[in-house]
Amino acid sequence: MAEFTSGLTFIGIYGLSYGTILFLISVGLVLTMGLVRVVNMAHGVFAAVGGYAAVELVNMSGVPFALAVTIAVIAVAAASLVVERIFFRKLYGASELEQALLTIGLAFIGIAALNLTFGPDVVGAMLPNALARNVQFVGRSVQVYRLFVIVLGLVIMLLLWYVFDRTSFGARLRASVDNRGMAEAVGINVTHLFSLAFAIGSGLAALGGAIGAAILPLEPMYPMKYLILILMVVVMSGRGNMKLSAGVSIFLGLIDTAGRYFYPEIGSFLIFVVLLLYLIVRGNQLLYAPVAK
Amino acid sequence: MNQLFSPLLRRHRPQPFEVVYWLVLVAVFFLFPRNLALATSILVMALFALSLDLALGFSGIVSFGHAVFFGIGAYAAGLLALAGYAEPISGAIVAGLVAGFVALAMGPVVIRASGLPQIMVTLAFAVIAYEFANKAVWLTKGDDGLGGIKLMPLFGMFEWTALSQTAYWYSLGWLFVLFMVIRTVLASPFGLTLQGCRENTERMRFIGTPVLGRLMGAYALSAFVAGVAGAISCQTSKFVGLDTLSVDRSIDVLVMLILGGVGRLYGGLVGAPVYMLVRQIAAEWNPFHWMFVVGGLLVFVVMLARGGIIGVLEAIRIGVSGGRSRKS
Amino acid sequence: MSSILEARGLTKRFGALQATDGVSLQVRAGARLALIGPNGAGKSTLVGLLTGQLRPDAGSVLLNGRDVTRDGAASRARQGLIRTFQINNLFRGLTVLENVFLAVSERLGMGGVLFRPADRCHEVIDEACHLLDELGLGGVIHQSVAQLPYGQQRLLEIAIALSLNPKVLLLDEPAAGVPSAEVARVMDMIEALPSDLAIVMIEHDMHVVRRFAAEVTVLVAGSVLLSGKPHEVMASEEVRRVYLGGAGEARAAGEAGHA
Repeated sequence: MAEFTSGLTFIGIYGLSYGTILFLISVGLVLTMGLVRVVNMAHGVFAAVGGYAAVELVNMSGVPFALAVTIAVIAVAAASLVVERIFFRKLYGASELEQALLTIGLAFIGIAALNLTFGPDVVGAMLPNALARNVQFVGRSVQVYRLFVIVLGLVIMLLLWYVFDRTSFGARLRASVDNRGMAEAVGINVTHLFSLAFAIGSGLAALGGAIGAAILPLEPMYPMKYLILILMVVVMSGRGNMKLSAGVSIFLGLIDTAGRYFYPEIGSFLIFVVLLLYLIVRGNQLLYAPVAK
Repeated sequence: MNQLFSPLLRRHRPQPFEVVYWLVLVAVFFLFPRNLALATSILVMALFALSLDLALGFSGIVSFGHAVFFGIGAYAAGLLALAGYAEPISGAIVAGLVAGFVALAMGPVVIRASGLPQIMVTLAFAVIAYEFANKAVWLTKGDDGLGGIKLMPLFGMFEWTALSQTAYWYSLGWLFVLFMVIRTVLASPFGLTLQGCRENTERMRFIGTPVLGRLMGAYALSAFVAGVAGAISCQTSKFVGLDTLSVDRSIDVLVMLILGGVGRLYGGLVGAPVYMLVRQIAAEWNPFHWMFVVGGLLVFVVMLARGGIIGVLEAIRIGVSGGRSRKS
Repeated sequence: MSSILEARGLTKRFGALQATDGVSLQVRAGARLALIGPNGAGKSTLVGLLTGQLRPDAGSVLLNGRDVTRDGAASRARQGLIRTFQINNLFRGLTVLENVFLAVSERLGMGGVLFRPADRCHEVIDEACHLLDELGLGGVIHQSVAQLPYGQQRLLEIAIALSLNPKVLLLDEPAAGVPSAEVARVMDMIEALPSDLAIVMIEHDMHVVRRFAAEVTVLVAGSVLLSGKPHEVMASEEVRRVYLGGAGEARAAGEAGHA
């Protein structure tokens, strides 16, 4: 019995922390797709670059963890504005296929660049001592790091909820997601809003990549490897629905961890079956409405 | 009054450059006798890309996981041969039919979706198939793959040679036959309805077309051809591995088709050789550097050359002849 | 005489909006029915419900006496209920001939023919060309739709509908957007249609209604206000009240009705 509870704790902690990282990385894409309906298969690159940047700063330059993460996040957010201006502006009328292809191309280039810069091997994330310690939690010895991720995730979720539900910025963003034409007619500068949202989304992805480096290991193929997971969150979350994406991420994190715990042989099989069942049940009346042809 | 020179309905009439294309493929046999293994694999991918064009270019079904049919065809042919059934042509047909049936099972879900959900569904099926094959070691031998495949001589006469001579003609024969089949289908009333479904699905319903049924038919045919391509790949290399089901393979064929030009019939047949030859050259390099090339190609084609290689060639031809010209 | 198309108590709601509220109507063979009503009266919704594009919350649709409420749009089209669209809904990338070819081949059950080249399907081509000639489109059969002037596109809309041998034809504002010089041609075409064909026309233009309709049904806020012969309907006080404050033509029609 104690085994079982201990197992549940394990699944809970690991599943929640995994889900949190997934949320941080994906929420930006949920937002982007809600606002501009652009399929961005290269979103994982922001997470990967954020992770690599933070890890390099810590490992190579001895920068303290918190500072390294902050720098990485800001750098990626800033860089994403440039990428948005150059590439994504072109995608706004294109078909979803074209968007997918272009962004996959960008992802490939990103992967090749990561390999060129950092080499093909997995980069080990070194956690600061404070986080690397273990602690007793509900009958199990758990890394503080995992708890930290969960708490941070909660904080970010609350922050996002506050910003998007309680501020005028959030209101304008929601209006633009709902009806872009109307929002523009009312005087909202949707283009600027979108750039800002894009930067926030990329920054969050970088945050997820940076603090999640011990959960989702960093390697050049990172953007493609985790793309399907990210897309799963997006498809099951609906257009611009960030609250739902938090729930979906946590759910997927828990399911995947539980699956691997109880049936190690099936590995990631389970979540794909979940995805498939979801798609079958929902058919085409997904919360996410495809761009009208 | 019956003189139709509208491009679609005349599609089945051969154009001059086509003869050139097939003659080149025949010439390759004599010009590159030592590279026939590579040439054969190019023909296989060309056939695979053609199957994707039928689904993507002509039926509007965005399939990011088409390798599922390729892989199923490959494994079916392999298992058939290992079970003792060694006739290659019928073996390939059976493999294609298996893939076709799988498509009919997947069809209702895939075709009802569109846009990103459709991309996700096709990817999901592909990944599930891959993971299943990976885990079902008793069937697929997992990572090791199925080896030791032996086949009867082609037509009972032509032995399978080490330098792939028979393999090359075998693949070329299949490519030609299936190409002509698809070409005829696309020029038929059915083919026109596919185009109608792509142009304006709603209106098709209002003229009484069972849209889902038609698209299922196209999807199943596409899967059949992909399955045959997989079977040929297995039969000519005497080996089936997990890579036939991989997402990499699905993306590869997609890039080949985009590169050559979607919806232009010869797109896959032009894109496959170009892509694979460039990759052969780039294989000398670091495998990751190759991703620069692929990524760059994708970005370039989408941003500047939407019709792919054939689109560019057509634009040149129109520019040169200055005036109305017929799309092939 | 029994009706070819019948609606019984059709009801449809979109959120807070009651778009259709218990609408019933009967259309007999040879009918010439005009469906009129101010904007937002629910005419499009009603057409959607009749053709199968929308599922009603309550009520039923009968075609040839058969309950088709559960049938989809394609099925109803195959059973003879054909509509045209207010805004041209053609296959823009195809030629005029190909547009009609699609419809004719579908009707002849040849949509599933795989191994015969389309341009050898002479029966289909002959019929399509014949129909296009009758509509005055014979000279442009090989032009792509995108290149046609609007009036001719409108005629093509009708050609597609006719090639399906309809039993009931729903014309959604056939003259909409057509330059006034060409309206006469469209109307001539409609007048020349077989007399046993039931036609329901949605129209705003009262001149067209007066010329075409044997019966008029007025739809307001999702329900039928009044139904009857054209001069009765247009003389009715209620109808004029509903249209007053609307387009000037309505006022003119009312006045002309009095003259």
